[in-house]
Amino acid sequence: MAANSSVPRAVRDAGPSGWLAVPALVFFLVFAVVPLAGVVFLSFTSWDGLREIRLDGLGSWATVLTDPVTGNALLVTAKIMFFSFMVQAPVSLLLGVFTAGGQKYRAALAVLYFLPLLLSSAAVAIAFKALLDPNFGLGPGLQVPILIQDWLGNSDLVLFVVVFVIAWQFVPFHTLIYQGGVRQIPTSLYEAAEIDGAGRVRQFLNITLPQLKYTIITSSTLMVVGSLAYFDLIFVLTGGGPGYSTRLLPLHMYLTGFKANDMGAASALGVILIVIGLGLALLLQRLGGKNRNASQLEGA
Amino acid sequence: MASTTSTTQLPVPPAAPVRTAAAPRPDVRRASRFRPNLLGGLGGWLWLGVIILPIYYVVITSLKNQAGFFASNPMLPPAEPTLDNYKLVLENDFVRYFTNSVVVTLGTVIPALFVSFMAAYAIVRGKGRFVNWTNNLFLLGLAIPLHATIIPIYWMITRAHLYDTLLALILPSIAFAIPVSVLILSNFMRDVPNELFESMRLDGCSDWAMLWRLALPMTKPAVITVGIYNALHVWNGFLFPLILTQSPGTRVLPLSLWTFQGEFSVNIPAVLASVVLATLPLLVLYVVARRQLISGLTAGFSK
Repeated sequence: MAANSSVPRAVRDAGPSGWLAVPALVFFLVFAVVPLAGVVFLSFTSWDGLREIRLDGLGSWATVLTDPVTGNALLVTAKIMFFSFMVQAPVSLLLGVFTAGGQKYRAALAVLYFLPLLLSSAAVAIAFKALLDPNFGLGPGLQVPILIQDWLGNSDLVLFVVVFVIAWQFVPFHTLIYQGGVRQIPTSLYEAAEIDGAGRVRQFLNITLPQLKYTIITSSTLMVVGSLAYFDLIFVLTGGGPGYSTRLLPLHMYLTGFKANDMGAASALGVILIVIGLGLALLLQRLGGKNRNASQLEGA
Repeated sequence: MASTTSTTQLPVPPAAPVRTAAAPRPDVRRASRFRPNLLGGLGGWLWLGVIILPIYYVVITSLKNQAGFFASNPMLPPAEPTLDNYKLVLENDFVRYFTNSVVVTLGTVIPALFVSFMAAYAIVRGKGRFVNWTNNLFLLGLAIPLHATIIPIYWMITRAHLYDTLLALILPSIAFAIPVSVLILSNFMRDVPNELFESMRLDGCSDWAMLWRLALPMTKPAVITVGIYNALHVWNGFLFPLILTQSPGTRVLPLSLWTFQGEFSVNIPAVLASVVLATLPLLVLYVVARRQLISGLTAGFSK
């Protein structure tokens, strides 16, 4: 505040004591920070989930790092991350611009576009499992031969099916983000461009895209880092199969820990997941140019 | 928890308070009104098909009886629609799972909002190393895929003898909701003019009083938004229920869909009826309060 304020200094400077932050901090320390340390600790132990936890040095790490399934899980994770970004980013950007338009029919369509947001991942997975059934689903229903496939049983196809279902579930969320971004672009920019005779495509490329820079960074970060958390959808849809073809890292961690009862190895996978997630988040922030956190934190 | 777990890892702080996503802006793209964007329109309708087809399939199939499901064309509505599947699902303890979901959601969201709101106030109004450090810790929590910590959480919950209780779901869900809640609430609280706080302090108000009599009323829309955001994630959460509960007595809705799938196995219409029933509460909410729900969904990420 203004330094020449007439308010006495002692009163002005008296902020609330930090204790107001303590309850949230305690919750977060106990159920997020302690587990974070715990996952590192457990990765150096051997534990089946029931009996005593035994220190095991680098045993679990050796298991995880020499297991070809781990490498495969990393590859599947990278593929799903890449393809779902390549599908979701352009589609949600275009839909965001589309739904930000003022036309009545677009507003009506938008109401329906957002319906997938209401469904849980489990619900989406179950719905698509039925829909993609080669006997009782979409293919035989529409009588289109090419659609009659064992979509979830064919290891060449299944990855793309998973990417599609992920897009179906998450494009609406990113569409919303872009819609909000487009609506904040000053109308005057478009009016000026129109006077200059710029067409729709040029307006999109020269005004909309550059103005959406931060929206694109936000949405992309959420997409990329979020794809490390695609667990429930794939767990219910394919269970990681057929074989290991959709067993991505979070699922691999869950199955190693809770199905193969090797909590030590699963913890090592958890550490890998955390390192990748943190690395990606920091990298994307870098790529985004100036760290916008700085301004966010002002006056904190 | 994030279900989507998915969309919950939010590494990027929103740059500005949420605007209501659905606020009417009649004149945004004036150009299109004069020269219709045919290609855009075509794409728009095409995407509608992509979105609606699976939903249509789920709804019509849930109304078929099993014989009809095997015999009829999968994409055609049933000749004789029946609600038997819904009856079957309701008879299989659906109400209990629904109640569990309500308890877990409210039990998470209300305490999470309470502690996050106080923390946001301390972070915005307070000074000093402790407050800064706390804020940085929460920001870091946004960038870390917290779900990678499920194994120690499982260990803690079993050691605390909370395994297979609703509290086992509530406690970690509160913790996971805190970083994003504090971030969004503090962004909004910064917009409350400092003079208001100062004049209240001169009147002899304590921080506790200012928190509830000034900060809360001024940031009410944000509180609602954050509440909805968290509620959706907890309501649809799957991972915590999967690893921290076991018996039907503590089953929540998303997990019940998965178990219905196992129990009914070949009775696809009944499985899909459970999907419809589980989504119905949110659909009702969507119909009556679409704007609030939508702004809660993006909770401050729209730029």
